[in-house]
Amino acid sequence: MTSLPASVGDTLDLLRRGNYVGDRSLATAVYLSLTLNRPLFLEGEAGVGKTEIAKVLAETLGRRLIRLQCYEGLDVASAVYEWNYSRQMIEIRLAEAGAESRDTVEEEIFSDRFLIKRPLLQALEPELGAPPVLLIDELDRTDEPFEAYLLEVLSDFQITIPELGTIKAKEPPIVVITSNRTREIHDALKRRCFYFWVDYPAAERELEILRVKAPGAAEQLSREVVAFVQKLRATNDLFKLPGVAETIDWAHALTQLDVLALTPEAINDTLGVLLKYQDDIAKIQGSEAQRLLTQVKQELASVG
Amino acid sequence: MVGRLLANIMYFARTLRAAGLPIGPGKVLAAVEAVRAVGIGDRNDFYWTLHAVFVNRRDQRELFDQAFHIFWRNPELLEKMMALMLPAIRSNEPGEEMSRRLAEALHAGESGQQRPRETEIEVDAAMTFSERELLQKMDFEKMSNAELAEARAAIKRMVLPLADIPTRRFAPDPRGARTDMRATLRAQLRSGDLLTLKRRRRRRRPPPLVVLCDISGSMSRYSRTFLHFMHAVTNDRDRVYTFLFGTRLTNITRFLRYKDVDIALDKVASAVEDWSGGTRIGQCLADFNRRWSRRVLGQGAVVLLITDGLDRDAGAGIGQEMDRLHKSCRRLIWLNPLLRYEGFAPKSLGMRAILPHVDEFRPVHNLESLSELVKVLSRPGSRRLEAAAAWREAG
Repeated sequence: MTSLPASVGDTLDLLRRGNYVGDRSLATAVYLSLTLNRPLFLEGEAGVGKTEIAKVLAETLGRRLIRLQCYEGLDVASAVYEWNYSRQMIEIRLAEAGAESRDTVEEEIFSDRFLIKRPLLQALEPELGAPPVLLIDELDRTDEPFEAYLLEVLSDFQITIPELGTIKAKEPPIVVITSNRTREIHDALKRRCFYFWVDYPAAERELEILRVKAPGAAEQLSREVVAFVQKLRATNDLFKLPGVAETIDWAHALTQLDVLALTPEAINDTLGVLLKYQDDIAKIQGSEAQRLLTQVKQELASVG
Repeated sequence: MVGRLLANIMYFARTLRAAGLPIGPGKVLAAVEAVRAVGIGDRNDFYWTLHAVFVNRRDQRELFDQAFHIFWRNPELLEKMMALMLPAIRSNEPGEEMSRRLAEALHAGESGQQRPRETEIEVDAAMTFSERELLQKMDFEKMSNAELAEARAAIKRMVLPLADIPTRRFAPDPRGARTDMRATLRAQLRSGDLLTLKRRRRRRRPPPLVVLCDISGSMSRYSRTFLHFMHAVTNDRDRVYTFLFGTRLTNITRFLRYKDVDIALDKVASAVEDWSGGTRIGQCLADFNRRWSRRVLGQGAVVLLITDGLDRDAGAGIGQEMDRLHKSCRRLIWLNPLLRYEGFAPKSLGMRAILPHVDEFRPVHNLESLSELVKVLSRPGSRRLEAAAAWREAG
């Protein structure tokens, strides 16, 4: 286990050690969340590396990562805890045979033994070592009732199970919440968090990311890939802009195909890695790709 | 922490609040705490520290950025900066104007004795916002009580032609299809020997509703009815999102949440700047698709498109954008309040571009009142092509 970073600069180094290339602004938000024990709320388009931040934090800080993937209808039984009903039934049968009093049975079957712990409860459970990293992924996919429940958990870091009592975390876990913004999360929840909008990285930063994440790609190729993707993001008439994850995938794909520098053919063959909507592909494929590529090559040549 | 800095953080928070950011006293405390944790050695860190606390949504970033740069200029330098305040705040983006809300907020802050430092003159100089286009404003007649009562009754009667959708949550129901083991076990312990199975069923809820309403000149006679309708629906159920479009797209969801219909409509009237102008359907739909569709259509939304299909750009780009919209929502209903007159034929290019992409087509003539509108919407849906054919024949 590593101790928490002592400054924003340390946080930046920490992320870098986990192969995460981020801006100082992000490091500030992460640092605040770590030192002041408040959840970190990350919002941004798909594929800009929100989930990765939690993973990197868990890895570099040597904490356990507990992940709660949200979906519509996520309820207490799958997010917090559930009783093991079949075992409880068996226990009741056995107790009947042994003629125990009802009170004893009740106490018995609602004990820790029959409790199935789900991510939220796991994150609050006292355990050996430091508190874990709790990743609540894609919160926007769940519905408002769950959000309201989460509000209670995240403000006091405690959960009440009617049959058992209240379970409170000795030390609050490091909480990272992500959202793709398919709907707005209520202000009440955001208010309790440090908010950060994860944006598409600037060209320079993206190149740095590519060097770390796709070290196999030729330098020339990486430069062109980044410049091309940046151009695509600037065109502004695509329905879904490519994220950093797509850039990395694309560089990997091109490397696998032994491409050393972008050509119109290589782009047309692999555009599906970068763009995920048929309309967008149709718009870019062919002449538009060629036009953008020519621009990219010119610009790179002029820079040297 | 230095007393002045503390006070300044508070004044900064108040400025932001006045500019419309939702910032309460809790946030101010959080900001002080955060600044303590990070320290004030680096201006950039200071910026992002306050950012992490005060900004809650992406669209607040711009406002925050401008406010920060105006507010946290070194106070000692402030006098000398006067000249520098005149050009745009971020000179790399020409034409960018200070947010009007912010300008107003700063201004209001100055006129009272809110901030210790006198900055009135500077800020005045920086107020470079201008009116963007000369656009019409709308003045709605106030709603009468009778109208209000009628509206409420009508909305109660309204059944959108789409059933509630099942959720993945359950409610107890003695005739439900699934057993509820938890309830069963608890009941068993209470009652004793007999194990009575408790049952549950899926909960259902209405799908989100997204209203896209045309407010161009040709539609102006219906604007009041439609807004009235949208206000009533917004306050009747949750997950209703409302957008108006003419030459530009405006999200008016937040304004319509005011319970009082007159206040809500006043807010809408002052927020929307393109009343009764032209229509650029294609462009507005493109705007919606790009900026909003992923945020409001996420959970199986029904889209109600209210337009007469008369388009200034002669249908340019409509087909493509309608196709995208249609693919992104659960059901697309087109309500067309086109006035019929002798010799009318549906020749408009916009109309023809829209028709192939809607699930349901509901023409309405002579739309006078909200109950009329509700009646049209609640009618059992006929298929799109049949409705279109019937309409053409009648026309």
